[in-house]
Amino acid sequence: MASKRYARVGRDNCVSCGTCKKVCPKQAVRIVRGCYAQVDPAVCVGCGKCGRACPTGCIQLLDR
Amino acid sequence: MKGHWYDHLWIWTIVYFSLGFFNILFAWLGMIDFLLPLGFALFGGNKWFCNQLCGRGQLCLKLGADLKCSRNKPTPSWMYSRWFRYGFLVFFLAMFGNMLFQTWLVASGASSLREAIKLFWTFSIPWGWTYTAGSVPDWVAQFSFGFYSMMLTSLLLGLIVMVLYKPRTWCASCPMETMTQAICRLKSRGKDV
Repeated sequence: MASKRYARVGRDNCVSCGTCKKVCPKQAVRIVRGCYAQVDPAVCVGCGKCGRACPTGCIQLLDR
Repeated sequence: MKGHWYDHLWIWTIVYFSLGFFNILFAWLGMIDFLLPLGFALFGGNKWFCNQLCGRGQLCLKLGADLKCSRNKPTPSWMYSRWFRYGFLVFFLAMFGNMLFQTWLVASGASSLREAIKLFWTFSIPWGWTYTAGSVPDWVAQFSFGFYSMMLTSLLLGLIVMVLYKPRTWCASCPMETMTQAICRLKSRGKDV
């Protein structure tokens, strides 16, 4: 069953440090060509760990 | 140990900075942290170093998140604004250039070796016990003192912002981070980035 929420990365402020990727328990995050992080909504369970860890606060939790 | 070998590189960061208290020549090993991210960005077009190998980032995450040394407050927006990140990169490169110039002055005999490190590019701290005079050419030692100063300064800055804000707030304005992301962006031009 899909979770009610999922994370989305705001590309403008993402510094592609990979912190979100490190803390994601579902490996739902990938770094696209070293430029920004991207969350796979199909895998994301909306736990919010990435958003809390992100140093630039560019990750939001959205309703599905 | 769980996970990949590279998940434990925070240990390397502790070892590296500890070695600098015993023999300053170990500072040269820091070139690995300097050249690898550039290599990954230039030849691989990725930030695998920052994402997986950065011991400093791992140490900040370990202290800030696992050991709860961070207040976990939002990073001030100016710290990750474009002008500050690129401004800090320019400043950092200028200081790096100055360090190379000091090394060159010693190599050419125009200046003598200073057995001290400079923290925050300002405060000179005697560090002579870590070097036996004459064991290597003076310029090799001068580079060690200069490079270690830079590495220790950035570690201290990283730890300060780790405590004040998020565990990896340093990454938001880290010069290597900014430089490698800029390289990756340039390499990805026209590829939907």
